Amino acid sequence: MIDRLITVVVRSAQDVVEREGIELREELGPDTPLFGRNGVFDSLGLVSLIVGVEEVLSDQFGASVSLADERAMSQANSPFRTIRSLAEYAAGQLEPSDAQTD
Amino acid sequence: MRKRTDAPVTIVTGARRGIGAHLARHYLELGHLVVGCSRKSVEWRHERYAHFALDVADERAVRELFRTVRDQHGRVDHLINNAGIASMNHALVTPLSSVHGLLSTNVAGTFLFCREAAKQMQKRRYGRIVNFTTVAVPLKLAGEAVYAASKAAVETLTAVLAREFGQFGITANAVGPGPVDTDLIRGVPGEKIDELVSRQAIRRKTTLTDIANVVDFFLAEASGMVTGQTLYLGGV
Repeated sequence: MIDRLITVVVRSAQDVVEREGIELREELGPDTPLFGRNGVFDSLGLVSLIVGVEEVLSDQFGASVSLADERAMSQANSPFRTIRSLAEYAAGQLEPSDAQTD
Repeated sequence: MRKRTDAPVTIVTGARRGIGAHLARHYLELGHLVVGCSRKSVEWRHERYAHFALDVADERAVRELFRTVRDQHGRVDHLINNAGIASMNHALVTPLSSVHGLLSTNVAGTFLFCREAAKQMQKRRYGRIVNFTTVAVPLKLAGEAVYAASKAAVETLTAVLAREFGQFGITANAVGPGPVDTDLIRGVPGEKIDELVSRQAIRRKTTLTDIANVVDFFLAEASGMVTGQTLYLGGV
């Protein structure tokens, strides 16, 4: 599951990178920092990434999730640090108990 | 495989009657592909028109509408957030349920459509959003406290969204008509309407054509520098 979600986040990140013409220092992978120091994206890029990942989760998993919900914002360690941390947060959102947020 | 279309895709909320129905037909005549919604279905048909029966504040239904539009057309160019309800009543006798219902449709519904439309618009770095307010906001009409407050919220929402969406190539503006001959004002006494109109620089009711003219301007590709604005009709 987590590998599949990492692939989802990598592909969504690649879409934003191409759309915004961002120059990457190295290929996108699980440990690529998304935001903050050495992060690939600025705040708008991160917003576009989250929208893209939510769309794929809806299409592929049939889950209507909000990745930037209050729980995400209140975590001591932001889920938006790396591709892996975002994939792990998405996995938590897809668990049966809270797969449907609306 | 998503079907791509060259025609602009225009979403109109509250498309069953009044202003929304007029704008839906207006943009169909201009060759747009129009997606409309309202609580009930519509009785008319057009080959470039699709209708969704939903509550604009129902997040699941609204997301489904946008997902269908994305799958079928691959783009959203324009959003016209016309759906709204009015409540003409003295504050002392306004039930709280009316307040919740009005804020839900006018504010939450408008927000929801803006959010979902902008998600698709930002991918193409282009979009036009037009929200609906009313002259009741600047005129501070007695008897319309909750309605005017909800539309003041829409104006602020529009101005802030203009800033949040600006870097994505999306504009957001609001049009504020005076009284229009639609079902929305059917229950308002004639003298109240006359009094309102007398406070405008142009002392007549707003027509559907007046509104379409402003929406045309906000939707125009050339209006890319026009954003965060509220334009009232009639000169208030």
